[in-house]
Amino acid sequence: MSAVIGKAESLRDAYGKTLLALGEKDPNLVVLDADLSGSTRTVLFGQKFPERFFNVGVMEPTMMSIAAGLALQGRTVYASTFAVFAAGQAYNFVRQSICYNRANVKIVATHGGLLVGADGGTHQIVEDIGLMRGLPGMTVIVPADAPTTRAATVQVAEREGPAYVRLTRENLPTVTDGSFAIGKAQELRSGSDLTIVAVGALVARALEVAEELSKVGISTRVLDFASVKPFDAPALMRAARDTGAILVLEEHSVLTGVGALVASETAENYPVPVRRVGVPDLFGESGEPWALLDRYGMSKERIRDEAWELLRGRGKVQ
Amino acid sequence: MTYAAQSGHPGGSLSVTDILTALLFRELRLDPVRPEWADRDRLVLSKGHASPAMYAALALRGFLPREELASFRQLGSRLQGHVDRTKLPCIEASTGCLGQGIGMAVGMALDARLRKASWRTYAVIGDGECQAGPTWEALMAGGHYRLSNLVVILDRNGLETDGSTESIMGIEPVAEKFRAFRYHTLEIDGHSFPAILGALAEARQTTDGPTAIVARTVKGKGVSFMEGKHQYHGKAPTKAEAEQALSELARPSEGNA
Repeated sequence: MSAVIGKAESLRDAYGKTLLALGEKDPNLVVLDADLSGSTRTVLFGQKFPERFFNVGVMEPTMMSIAAGLALQGRTVYASTFAVFAAGQAYNFVRQSICYNRANVKIVATHGGLLVGADGGTHQIVEDIGLMRGLPGMTVIVPADAPTTRAATVQVAEREGPAYVRLTRENLPTVTDGSFAIGKAQELRSGSDLTIVAVGALVARALEVAEELSKVGISTRVLDFASVKPFDAPALMRAARDTGAILVLEEHSVLTGVGALVASETAENYPVPVRRVGVPDLFGESGEPWALLDRYGMSKERIRDEAWELLRGRGKVQ
Repeated sequence: MTYAAQSGHPGGSLSVTDILTALLFRELRLDPVRPEWADRDRLVLSKGHASPAMYAALALRGFLPREELASFRQLGSRLQGHVDRTKLPCIEASTGCLGQGIGMAVGMALDARLRKASWRTYAVIGDGECQAGPTWEALMAGGHYRLSNLVVILDRNGLETDGSTESIMGIEPVAEKFRAFRYHTLEIDGHSFPAILGALAEARQTTDGPTAIVARTVKGKGVSFMEGKHQYHGKAPTKAEAEQALSELARPSEGNA
């Protein structure tokens, strides 16, 4: 089985349109934004349902408290802004007002990671997955494409409790068939020599490298790990057992992200060699978005090198 | 409670006790038999460290057994150091870290408006909390949305953990700030029941926006050695102090009611 890499689509458009459709079905749903509704696409909902849309301006911490207050009265609440504001600026408000209160708030954060590009390091949060998955009760989803974004937007509403969905500013190629399910990894390519676990923008790169490796006889399994919390422990343990080595790709700090998760879970339960490709312990900078990924250690060459390193260790190649 | 727990916040609990008494025993539409009654008024204690006063008032109002008060701050208790809605159904919002309660109250008031419900939302805040930026974010939102179903009550006891608010980071003129944030603002003696109830009645008559009540209070009210002492913000009394405090508090009130 090998996945096809489809045309690039906007995850933010997918979110905005899905949210609008959800709002048409559910009169109990309300949406908040913090002066970025054009960028996050919540404007689509806001234009159709102005009475259920609250653009609170530049007050992200308090947006989270207001969202919690609405949710505690029984509403399903979506709150959107850039990831650096949602997870960074508002962290303790997400923690206490939403998570500690077990409020039914779905934070859909756009502009996660380095792919923010020209705005530079201030806005390129590479710590958000770690911050959010550390919160008790929080669901964390990192879609790789528009179909997963659509599915995740719907599914977080069906699951009671707080959620954080991290979207990317850049359009991303379609790599899944939209069969995302919370708690499940999606096997986009089967393989037996090596597993690549990837999230977000790097899933497409994982598939490209897997295809290249297949030309030299290496069979690579690719898991889209969009459901970071809860994560698919059985799929991860199967990957460890079946392939004996795991490479993790994420557009996030390697200190606290999915690589850290995979390394600690396998170390405890089924120790195999794990290597992490992601952002080192650094802030980003301004630049063309995809060039930033290359510069900060996530180029296809680097991914290939790390794959070879694992394969050599396993005696699969010289 | 704070003596038994040997931790907690007696000073700011005593300053807000009369306010909570007025709210829980007179102003709020509540039913102890149905703590989650849909049409109840909502009270958010943003200064969640005043939990001893809240628990005591809730117990006397019939929301929890009085014997349970002894479990305050103990392992496994519903009576957390800072009020926790997930453990105690009559608490509307878990608070503790400051600056978050008004925002939650604004969300509740928006919900009531959307539903065209008649219940009202009350937020009780502390004065140290007025140094926190998000307090003013949330106040701005309440004013912007003209939430006439929202009342913010400031327990203006003048003291915070390290000393007086005005020597640490002055919040005055705080009533003018509330007015500038579009609140119908009243300044009252926070230990006078007629004044508190009168202000709350006036808030009910205010239909064009939210009301803020600056309630001037005394930290440690009713306990001679605690009154006006910031040292009792977050410090439990000794055994002798607790006995003296309880005996002073048991005396009939003198004059201000």
